[in-house]
This record gives sequence, structure tokens and C-alpha cells, in this order.
Amino acid sequence: MKVLVAVAEVADVEDEFEIDGLAIDEQYLNYDLNEWDDYAVEAGVQLQEAGDDVEVVSVTIGPERADETIRMALAKGVDRAVRVWDENLEATEYLDSETKADVLAAVVEDEQPDLVLAGVQSDDTAFGATGVSLAEEVGFEWAAVVNDLEYEPGSDIASVHRELEGGVEEFTDVELPAVLTIQTGINEPRYASLRGIRQAQSKEIAPKTLDELGLESDVTDSAVSLTELYEPETESDATLFEGSPDEEADQLAELLRDEGVEA
Amino acid sequence: MSDILAVAEHRRGDLRDVSFELVTAGRDLADAAGGDLHVAVIGGDVDGFAEELNREGVDTIHTISEGEEFNHDVYTQIVEALFDELAPELLLLPNTVNGLDYAPAVANSLSLPLVTDAIDVEYGDELAVTREMYGSKVETVVEVDADRVALTIRPGEWPPAEATGDAEISQFDVSIDESAVRSTVTGFQEVGGGDVDITDADVLVSVGRGIEEEENIALVEALADTLGATLSSSRPIVDNGWLPKNRQVGQSGKVVTPDVYIAIGISGAVQHVAGMKGADTIVAINTDASAPIYDLADYGVVDDLFDVVPALIEAFGGEPPAL
Repeated sequence: MKVLVAVAEVADVEDEFEIDGLAIDEQYLNYDLNEWDDYAVEAGVQLQEAGDDVEVVSVTIGPERADETIRMALAKGVDRAVRVWDENLEATEYLDSETKADVLAAVVEDEQPDLVLAGVQSDDTAFGATGVSLAEEVGFEWAAVVNDLEYEPGSDIASVHRELEGGVEEFTDVELPAVLTIQTGINEPRYASLRGIRQAQSKEIAPKTLDELGLESDVTDSAVSLTELYEPETESDATLFEGSPDEEADQLAELLRDEGVEA
Repeated sequence: MSDILAVAEHRRGDLRDVSFELVTAGRDLADAAGGDLHVAVIGGDVDGFAEELNREGVDTIHTISEGEEFNHDVYTQIVEALFDELAPELLLLPNTVNGLDYAPAVANSLSLPLVTDAIDVEYGDELAVTREMYGSKVETVVEVDADRVALTIRPGEWPPAEATGDAEISQFDVSIDESAVRSTVTGFQEVGGGDVDITDADVLVSVGRGIEEEENIALVEALADTLGATLSSSRPIVDNGWLPKNRQVGQSGKVVTPDVYIAIGISGAVQHVAGMKGADTIVAINTDASAPIYDLADYGVVDDLFDVVPALIEAFGGEPPAL
């Protein structure tokens, strides 16, 4: 069987940053594997280890720079990778979840996976919609916000827990083929071993363009456009203690005693 | 007609608060668009739910009796059928775990542009939606250039509609295609339990990602012991397996209301804030003065927790652990 894991390279913003037009200035961004996707990769690799004939393929929409991030997924055990990018995607200012789902759907058509795993959301845009949009697009079943997965490779049903709000989990059986969006905490993502990092260098990262996937360039057309990006006004009216750490701790201790906290 | 269709959410017999927030947001948008506000409630005690949802500003409540609990395959079919029937301009859904389990599918199926997790909406020539990016470090406005749109709203951002209304209540019948129902909810479970109930604590010492390493948890444990407080945490600590799930404060963990909440190395992501904003006094210790936790904190120490927490333990006569 084949498991397709959708992974994104996302930008993390430093504490202090400047905005340049409708984006954060590049010098304040650090690129890394999306946190949720790290758990999805681990879930995929665990399925590969549980079955005799399970191939795990990752798919990324991103520029060549993303290869570094993809290599980390390959080093953790993903067998091979597909990376989709071209000048149309490059020129797209705001890649919405519909476009991402359309692109990923074309890869699903190509690869014919039995199971697609994706992070619940991306760290940067936090739309939380791509996985379920993709499922609808390709006619797969789905489950969103999965924090436990019981699945025997080859089976027609995956049993999942979905993490609802307020400390409640829902148990759901999902027919395959399916898309599962993976919540953090579902497993413990492994670190890439040195051997894995070496092996990753020889694994395939296949670049694909929209044209090669049979998609028209207007797939990136979107009704949604970014018109403003700004730092939110701070609403803080907190009283800040100042001085050396010892002085700050003394002031805080006095406050806590006033609040009735006793050692 | 520029109508709005909002879909209520319920779980295990109760309407969730966000359902009444959807009414407020929906009424504002319906006023701006010059249309009616339709509210749908699917499954469970729909007649009882309809009575509760009959708040000021709702024009019509559509009840659809289909199952007891949420099933996205069923919801998807029903919302699509109702959307086809009413042809509203805007489909308004909650940005909850279940909302995100069907909103993208409905939007995709109906070819509606979707914007999720709205914290503010303005309706002018185009719909302008305010949302956050990069873990709440920036806000963005996205505009939607389309005749019909799907939107999910973040819980807690609109006041719940409270006054009783005089909505028309209408039963809507849908024939469900059972062959398209390919997922089955088999049960629910409360997570957590364990020997400590953080919802009972008067004083919580809560630790977040800023603690960096598992062995450093001993430092905040020592502070909690010294203060006679209970130890809790934000999500990443539980995800890493450093503390059990029953210690997690937040949207997917516990909602706590202690007298004093000391947030150590916690940035204050919206999911965490949802669980602790009801604390009487909130103290934050975090090196980043612009962290969202300071928007909520009453008191703060903008400094390195590894310097401040040992000093605080000593100030209360305790002995910080060697790390």
C-alpha cells in the first residue's frame, strides 16, 4: 500500500521583526518543517514499519529551498518525495487552501495512495482546511484532527480518535481511501539519525510543475486576496516588574503574598 | 436577497456557546448585506435546540432530524442541500474541530471560496475578513471577491446572542445518501482523569514551551511545591510527553479558573488562552514582551525564566533544583 504525506515548509517569525508591504521582511523568517506535519511524517513512517509492503511518499508545494526540509522527512524514513513548484505558483501572492487542495489532488491522481496524511494546519497561515478540501476534491473519506490512529496496513478501515474541545475524544471508523489530518501529540516524532541523513541524500525528490501534473495555470486563480498585514496593537495593561531577576522575583513574591499565596 | 446561513453546533445534548456567537456574527452580516439570517440545526433534539436558538435577530431556524451526534458525511449532505435551497450569500460555520471537519468539504463541493478562523468581518463591496498568521504575531485582512462565500468564525470573538427572538421554525427534510456515509462515530471518551484535577486548584503554576527541555520541568515543579500550588501546562509540554494530558490547560485541555495563574514560558496562543482567561490574577514570566500572554496578564516579568524562577523559589524560602 501507499501512504502519501503532505508536508509544508513554513516560516517561523522571530520575536522582533519588520513588515515589508504585505509580507514579513525575509531576514526575520526561519524556514522549517511545519510542526503538525512532523507528526504526520512520523505516523506515516510508523505504518511503513508496521507493514511489509508500505511505501511512504511525501508531497510538498514549495520552491527549491524546501528541499532541505524535505530531506529531513526523507532522513526520518520517507521513501521518496514529490515537490510541486513553477512560475505560476511562484507568482501567486496568496496560496489559499483551495489551490493547495487542487494541486495536491493532482498528485493524488498520479500516485493513487490508499491513505493521505497531512498536518491539521500550517504554522504560518493556519487555515486548517487543506486536508479536508483535498479529500472532497478526490472523493476520499476523511477525518480531521486525529490524535490517535489504529490501522493495520492493508485494512479497509482506519480507527481514529479525533480530539474535540474540552478534553473529549471522539472515536471514529473511517473507510479507506482516506485523508487524515494529524494533530500534534499523536506520537513522538523521531530525530533523523546520521545514517538516515546520509541515506536521504540518495532518495528522490521529484520536481513537478503544474503543467506536468495536468493542471492549467489558472488553478492558482483565487477569489481570496491578502490586502493588509500588520502587527496587532498590543492590548497589554500588565504591570511589569523591573530590575535584576532577584529584584523582579522579590516584587513578584510580594504580589503573590498579597494575593494570598503562602509558601 | 443577500441571506446568511449559519449552522449551529451541539455535542452530547447541548448546544455549544459558539452557536449563539454565530447568531451575533450572522445578524451583523445579514444587516450589512440587507438579507435574512437563517440558522440550521442538524441532529439531536432539534426541537429543543430550535427553541434555544430562537434569539433576537434570527429570521428562520431550519431543523433537520438526522442522527444524534455530528457526522461529517451527513452534515455535508444536509448543509449542501440547504444551501442549494436557500441560495444564501454567505455560509457561516464555527471554526471548531467539527466545523473544520466539514466546512472545507462543503466549500469545495459548492465551489465557494473559504476563509477560516475569522476574528473580525466587515461587509462592504467585498467581504473583508480579519485573521491571524504566524502564531498570532501578525493580523491580516483578506478580501473575498465572490458572490457566495463560506466563512468559519473563531469561538469567543463575538458576543453570544441572548435576547429571545421570534424566528420562524421550519423543518427541512433531506434524503441522505447512505452510500456516501463512509465514517462512523463509535463513541466518546473524556481524557485526563488521573490523581490531580487542575480545575480545583486555587493557584496554578503553568509551564510552556519556554522551559526548553524535559529535565527543566523540575524547576517549575519546585516552584509549585514551594508555593503549595498545582502544576499545569500548555499543549507542547503534553505533546512532548513531559506531563500527562490531565495537566493541559486550553481549548483541547481543561478550562481553569484559579485565583492565581502563573504562566511560565508560555507565549499565550489562542488555544491556550481559551482555557485560562478566567483566572482572577494572571502573572506571566516570558522573555518576549510582545508575546500575546501579556495582552491578558495582570502582572509580568519580562526576563529569563531560568533566572527569575530560582530567585522566586528562594524568595519563598525554597531551594531551587540544580539543572
